[in-house]
Amino acid sequence: MAPPARSIISTSTMSTRIEAGQMTYKNPPTAPRQSATFDEYTLSEIRRAAATGIYDIRGAGAKRKVPHFDDLLFLGASISRYPLEGYREACGTNVVLGARHAKKPIELKIPITIAGMSFGSLSGPAKEALGRGATLAGTSTTTGDGGMTEEERGHSEILVYQYLPSRYGMNPHDLRRADAIEVVVGQGAKPGGGGMLLGQKISDRVAEMRTLPPGIDQRSACRHPDWTGPDDLEIKIQELREITDWEKPIYVKVGGARPYYDTALAVKSGADVVVLDGMQGGTAATQEVFIENVGLPTLACIRPAVQALQDLGMHRKVQLVISGGVRNGADVAKALALGADAVSIGTAALVAIGDNDPRWEKEYQALGTTAGAYDDWHEGRDPAGISTQDPELMKRVDPVAAGRRLANYLKVMTLEAQTIARACGKNHVHNLEPEDLCALSIEASAMAGVPLAGTDWIPGKTGL
Amino acid sequence: MPTFDLASVPLRDLNQALHAVGAGANETEFEVINPRGAHAVAVGIDAPVRVDVHGSVGYYCAGMNAEATVTVHGSVGPGVAENMMSGTVVVKGDASQYAGATGHGGLLVIEGNASSRCGISMKGIDIVVKGNIGHMSAFMAQAGNLVVLGDAGDALGDSLYEAKLFVRGEVKSLGADCVKKKMRPKHLALLADLLAKAGVTDAKPEEFTRYGSARALYHFNIDNVDAY
Ligand SMILES: Cc1cc2nc3c(=O)[nH]c(=O)nc-3n(C[C@H](O)[C@H](O)[C@H](O)COP(=O)(O)O)c2cc1C
Repeated sequence: MAPPARSIISTSTMSTRIEAGQMTYKNPPTAPRQSATFDEYTLSEIRRAAATGIYDIRGAGAKRKVPHFDDLLFLGASISRYPLEGYREACGTNVVLGARHAKKPIELKIPITIAGMSFGSLSGPAKEALGRGATLAGTSTTTGDGGMTEEERGHSEILVYQYLPSRYGMNPHDLRRADAIEVVVGQGAKPGGGGMLLGQKISDRVAEMRTLPPGIDQRSACRHPDWTGPDDLEIKIQELREITDWEKPIYVKVGGARPYYDTALAVKSGADVVVLDGMQGGTAATQEVFIENVGLPTLACIRPAVQALQDLGMHRKVQLVISGGVRNGADVAKALALGADAVSIGTAALVAIGDNDPRWEKEYQALGTTAGAYDDWHEGRDPAGISTQDPELMKRVDPVAAGRRLANYLKVMTLEAQTIARACGKNHVHNLEPEDLCALSIEASAMAGVPLAGTDWIPGKTGL
Repeated sequence: MPTFDLASVPLRDLNQALHAVGAGANETEFEVINPRGAHAVAVGIDAPVRVDVHGSVGYYCAGMNAEATVTVHGSVGPGVAENMMSGTVVVKGDASQYAGATGHGGLLVIEGNASSRCGISMKGIDIVVKGNIGHMSAFMAQAGNLVVLGDAGDALGDSLYEAKLFVRGEVKSLGADCVKKKMRPKHLALLADLLAKAGVTDAKPEEFTRYGSARALYHFNIDNVDAY
C-alpha cells in the first residue's frame, strides 16, 4: 500500500514516517505508560497467584505509605518556653510499668522495649542477642508464640512472657520466672488473624516446644481457647494473677483496630499495661493481603488510646506502650508526646542485630530479592541467620556482638529522644506533650490531633 | 486439715497457702467450703497436695495444676484445669466450656457432662468425661487422649493434630480433618488404662470408637481451602 501523502493518518505504529512534500518527519512516540492501578507489583502478584494458587505469605509490616511520625514536627523552645542545656541539665528517661496492681512492677531505664518475637520465627542466637542488647540498655525483652527459651531468659534481665491464643509452650514454671505477663489479643500486622509457621522452620526443637510433629505447618489460633470478650478477659487476668500471687505486671496487647474501646476494655479487665501495635508493626509470617489492608496506622492509634485512659482517669496509671514502625529517637519522642509511656520495637531491633544487611546482598539476590526488601522470613532461609532455624545460617549471628549493636542503637534512640525533649524544655521525656507538636499534612493533623503546621487547625476538632 | 471458707476468707489467701506448700510440708490436705462460684479456685498449685472443694466453682478452677489432686464436689465453670501440667482433677458434677483447654499432662475426670470445646488445643492431657461433650470439642487438639462415655456434639476434633479421641456414644458430626480410625490392640490397652485411672467400671474399651487426624491439613494445599 502506498504511504498516505500530506496527511497524518496512521497511529498504529510509533514511528510512522510521513511524506510531506520533500520533508520526512518522525511522529513523536508516546512513552510506554504503566498503570497506577495495575502497577508492576500488582501485576507480578496476579501472576504469582495464578501460578501458585496460594496467597502470598511474608514477614515484616505494611509497606504501603501511610501517615506516620514523619508527618509530625516538634516546635522546640521559643520566648514562651525555655530549653534545657544539652548534656548538663538532666532529662529523665525511666519508666515504671505495672504499679496499678502488681506487687513487683518493673522499671525500665529507657522508654523503649523489645517487642514479642517468637522463638521459631527467630533463631536461638537472635533471641539471645535481643536479650543481651536489651539488658545492656536497661530495658526488657519479650518472648513470643512458641514459649520461653533459655537463650532469652538467661540473657534478659527483664523478660515479658507472652500469653497467646496458641498457648504453645505455656507453663506455670515459666510464668513464675517471667518478670511480666503479656496477654496477646492481637497484633498490628494482623488484628483478627492467627499465625502460620511453615513446616520448613519446624525443627525438632521448635516442634517439641510446641508439642507438635516436626516439619508440619503450624497454625496459631486467632482467638484464645478459653475466653472471649472483656468479661472473660477480666477473669482470665484474675486467674493469671492468682497463679503468680499478684506479683507480676499484666499487659494486654492489641492490634490497632478500635484503640479507644480496646484500651478502655483492657483497663476495665484489669490490665496494668496496654500495648497497642499499629498496622506497620512487623510480623513473622502473615498473608500480604492482611498486612497491607487491615488495621489502623500507628499514628492514628495513639490519641484515641490516650483519650480512653484520660476518660477513665487512668493515664499514667495504666501505662500505654506503642509499637508499629518505630525507628529512631524522634519517633519515640513523638509517641511519648502524644501520650504514650513507652514504645516497643520489633523490626528495627532485628535490623540492628543484622537483618537485611547489605553485606549479604549476593545471597539476597539469589533468593530473588535485595537487602532491605527481604521479607520471606517464614521460609527459614534468612541469609543473616535471624529468621531461620538452619543451624549453619544461624551461626552468622554472634549474640554478643549483635547484642552490643542493639544496645548501641537503643542508646542512640534514647539520646535522640532526650535531645528533642530538652529542646522542648522538658526534664523528663514523659513531659513531652501534644502542644510540642505540629503536623505536616491534614491527615496527620487529624490522626494525631495536633495542629497543621503554621495554623491552629485540627481537622474535626477546631474550626471547620 | 486446713479449711478455707471462701464466704469469709479472700481467694488470695487460699491460693497463696496452696503455693506455699513446699517439700516436706506438714499440711498436704486442704478443704474449701462455700466457693459460691468463685473463679480461679486452687490455681497454680505446684505440689502433691489434695484439695477438696465442696460446692460449685466459676472459671478456671485448678488452672495450670501441677502434681495436686483437686476434687470439686459440685460443678465447674469454663476452663476447669486449663493448661494443667500433671496431677488429677476430678469434677463430680458437670463442666462448662473449654474443660481441660491446652492441658499438657495429668488426668481430668468429669463425672457429669462437659460443654462445648472440651479439650480445645489440648497438648498432652488425658480427659475422661463420663457423660456427653458439646460441639467443637478437641478443636486443634495437639496431643493427649479424650475419652467420652456418652455422645459428642458437632464438629468433633476439628483441625485435629495428634490427639486421640475415643467416644462410646454417638458423634453428631466430625470436624475438618477428623476421621474414624481403627482400634488396634495398643489403643484398647491405652483406653483400658485410662478408664481404670478414671475409676470407670461399667464401660469396656471395645465399646468405643477411635477418632484421629487424617493429617490432610498438615501442609497447606489450596485444594483443601474449603476445609480451612
Ligand atoms: C519476626 C517477628 C516475630 C513476631 N512474633 C510475634 C509474636 O510471637 N507475638 C506477638 O505478639 N507479636 C509478634 N510480632 C510483632 C511484634 O511484637 C511487634 O508488635 C511489632 O514487631 C512492632 O512493630 P515494628 O516491627 O514495626 O517495630 C513479631 C514481629 C516480628 C518482626
